[in-house]
Amino acid sequence: MSSELRPNLIALQTIVVREVRRFLRIWPQTLLPPAITMVLYFVIFGRLIGSRIGEMDGFTYMEFIVPGLIMMSVITNAYGNVVSSFFGSKFQRSIEELLVSPVSAHIILIGYVVGGILRGLAVAAIVTMLSLFFTDLSVHHLGVTVLVIALAATIFSLGGFINAVYARNFDDISIIPTFVLTPLTYLGGVFYSIHLLPGFWQALSMANPILHMVNAFRYGILGVSDINIGTAIAFMLAATAVLYVYCIRLLVSGRGMRQ
Amino acid sequence: MSSALSIRQLTKTYGNGFQALKGIDLDVAEGDFFALLGPNGAGKSTTIGILSTLVNKTSGTVNVFGHDLDKEPYALKRCLGVVPQEFNFNQFEKVFDIVVTQAGYYGIPSKLAKERAEEYLNQLGLWDKRNSASRELSGGMKRRLMIARALVHRPRLLILDEPTAGVDIELRRSMWSFLTELNQKGITIILTTHYLEEAEQLCRNIGIIDHGRIVENTSMRELLKKLHVETFVLDLKESLLIEPQLEGYPARLLDSHTLEVQVEKHLGITELFRQLAAQHIEVFSLRNKTNRLEELFVSLVEQNLAKVAK
Repeated sequence: MSSELRPNLIALQTIVVREVRRFLRIWPQTLLPPAITMVLYFVIFGRLIGSRIGEMDGFTYMEFIVPGLIMMSVITNAYGNVVSSFFGSKFQRSIEELLVSPVSAHIILIGYVVGGILRGLAVAAIVTMLSLFFTDLSVHHLGVTVLVIALAATIFSLGGFINAVYARNFDDISIIPTFVLTPLTYLGGVFYSIHLLPGFWQALSMANPILHMVNAFRYGILGVSDINIGTAIAFMLAATAVLYVYCIRLLVSGRGMRQ
Repeated sequence: MSSALSIRQLTKTYGNGFQALKGIDLDVAEGDFFALLGPNGAGKSTTIGILSTLVNKTSGTVNVFGHDLDKEPYALKRCLGVVPQEFNFNQFEKVFDIVVTQAGYYGIPSKLAKERAEEYLNQLGLWDKRNSASRELSGGMKRRLMIARALVHRPRLLILDEPTAGVDIELRRSMWSFLTELNQKGITIILTTHYLEEAEQLCRNIGIIDHGRIVENTSMRELLKKLHVETFVLDLKESLLIEPQLEGYPARLLDSHTLEVQVEKHLGITELFRQLAAQHIEVFSLRNKTNRLEELFVSLVEQNLAKVAK
């Protein structure tokens, strides 16, 4: 192993371990709420209301909404983990521990993003297990399922990072999740197929990136989708690349961190 | 002796137009214990911020043990340990984890990081607190935690920005002896402090910065030679109603039993005591009004202020 690679890998591992330790330490704030929320969704929308709705795209309503709800948990938690952890580090100035160390911008960013992905996946695992109490779940295409969930977690971790860099106070880290992410997620086909919408709203929905992620993930689980899977995955790969480059530029410039 | 730190024509202008550094040159030799002094807002913290890469410089060069800040920032950072003025660790993390995590950032494997964390936490009297959340520590303990954290990667140059601010006298003295031991082991130390007694006791060389310029950069001994007048406070055995006439020694009564006298270096204090004895004034005890370095520091800063005003 080269003399530079090993210290960098240790630094990366350190950041990831610290991030995981953080969200495990505060599990009542990080892992428990999505579990409770999703159980309520399963009971109310899936069981009580869903039984009156009937089938959607050939599946029971419960089966139809489970992939979307898993994706919703991943999006919210990956974003929330990075935005709160990185902003918390800025707020307490403990980010300086990293900035004075010989850690490259890439390692810092990858460390935080992996932390966000791992929390997203941990919550996805919890929600998936809970969903098994309400419905049988089989995976239609494992590769697409894993790729889509990993890309979605990466994209929203990067998004959370950008939010944290620009944020100046705690209000700034709740504005995007409340006023952007939540509406886009609810309107992103989690609870319905866009084929139920009139033509104009269908076309407008196609501009919602979360719709593509939810449907790509639903395709991986159920094998049905409102959108083209190839396009969705290409879009997610492109979004990951663009956001990554932007985050690195923010880190190198030291915006909000260095004077 | 080789150079630990070399700064050339370093300038910093902040976004609001404030010019914090106006082209400073500074050299610190390897193994030195160096005091960087200056009034609030003089540019000390900006200089340290640039060294630790938390502040982006406007122009100039910074070199630490031959590593240029612009060309080899990571090699420079590996040589450097910084203890900042403000607490900057995660308040919710455990003491032990904070030190081990910092070692990890420097690429130190976990086992070695834990051994070093134990070593430094023991040396700084924090081992019993290793499992406490850092927010539960007292102010002095938090300062020591930041020193342990800064040492865990074994830096060759340690920079401490007011490490004893708000620390009680006993703890301050134990920190002095700890820092002296570190310096004796070969670690170059740069210290900023408002306690000039601290700088005089610990440091061999000194730089004084004011209004973004270095106004003095010399050895402590040479600097103290520049002190021409010292002020002494004399505790008198019997009360006086009026100031005694002491030829060559301006004096004033602080109260009936306390006399303040200015002594020019070339006159010395033997003649003062001869004159006092001639007037049957007995002295119980004698002390400096302020620390010698403090007196000199104030006069240098005042001189610089007058220059800036012109």
